[in-house]
Amino acid sequence: MNEIQGTQLIHKYLRHNKKFPHVFCPGCGHGIVLGSLVRSIDALGLAKDDVCIVAGIGCSGRLAVYVDFNTVHTTHGRALTFATGIKMARPEMNVIVVMGDGDSMAIGGNHLIHAARRNIGVTALILNNNIYGMTGGQCSPTTPSGSFSMTSPYGQMEQSFDCVELCRAAKANYVARGSVFHVNELDKMVTEAISNPGFGVVEIMTPCFTQFGRKNKYKSPVEMFNYLKKNVISQERYNDLSESDRDGKIPSGVFVKKSEPGIEEKYYAMARQVQEGI
Amino acid sequence: MSVKRKGKSKVTIFPDWCKGCGICAAFCPSKVMELSEQGKAVVVREEECVHCGFCELHCPDFAIMVQPKEDKEEINPKLSTNKSLDNKEQSSSATESSSGTSSSQVKEDN
Repeated sequence: MNEIQGTQLIHKYLRHNKKFPHVFCPGCGHGIVLGSLVRSIDALGLAKDDVCIVAGIGCSGRLAVYVDFNTVHTTHGRALTFATGIKMARPEMNVIVVMGDGDSMAIGGNHLIHAARRNIGVTALILNNNIYGMTGGQCSPTTPSGSFSMTSPYGQMEQSFDCVELCRAAKANYVARGSVFHVNELDKMVTEAISNPGFGVVEIMTPCFTQFGRKNKYKSPVEMFNYLKKNVISQERYNDLSESDRDGKIPSGVFVKKSEPGIEEKYYAMARQVQEGI
Repeated sequence: MSVKRKGKSKVTIFPDWCKGCGICAAFCPSKVMELSEQGKAVVVREEECVHCGFCELHCPDFAIMVQPKEDKEEINPKLSTNKSLDNKEQSSSATESSSGTSSSQVKEDN
């Protein structure tokens, strides 16, 4: 019988002086992401002091509070800028950025595409719940057209961002998409993203029942998980579908995987070169 | 495969951490848990557990633990190390986390 790497392992990495159970609503996927992140770090055998978690603002920003690594809780949309500074100063550190969809693609959209362009060696986990959860359910850049939110009571008229296409176009080294229902695949993606050089992005589809589900006719968190189970499919299956069948389906898997050196490696190599030249 | 693994697992739910989202009860392949009237998950059919680990990996609140049963020690040699790890974990988390979370056990209400 296999040993399940779950609750027992997570207790090693939690800050037990914080108030538990954590702040997330019942049925929120953020707790599952937290578990996945901890399992990935444990699988890679990283020491607690070699990991730095940078979190933005919002529900996902609370993730950094609960884990016993070096953590920074930063300003709204600027998590990637803090992480860039940390990585340039301490290139040996594994810097992991945890952001929400609003944090990374609305106020921090420019930081995301330029971090991908620079190929800075941090890993960005984008927890995409299609809504601004903590601030009261406003529509976010990833709210699907036609769905309801606090600020779009008659349906969202704008188109939504596709995070994977955005990061792929901005030349990120590693781009993947997973969901909190498919945890084992998610563990693999996060592990791979942390160990891959250069900028890595993992977009994680996570349900928000309190703000998104109740306004969009989901009766319970379980229904939202069933939606993920049915609609998040591998990209191979997605490519085989006809155009009409693709409606509502979400392709998942690893979309881009390159091993080009990150900017911090290039920078320190150039610094050595210049110093030796003098 | 799954038949062989039935009845060899101990499922523990910590009621203080459970928020009653119902994910474990809905997706458990053997329907081991159900939601109680208080809105918490309780173990009702522990002997049906096939040790798939879905509930433990998907519980957003880390409120479920699935372990091999202690009396199966001769079957699984890895268990002896497991047990020592559990005791250490439990004692450390019991002192640090809120009381009752790590040592409470859900008993079947018959």
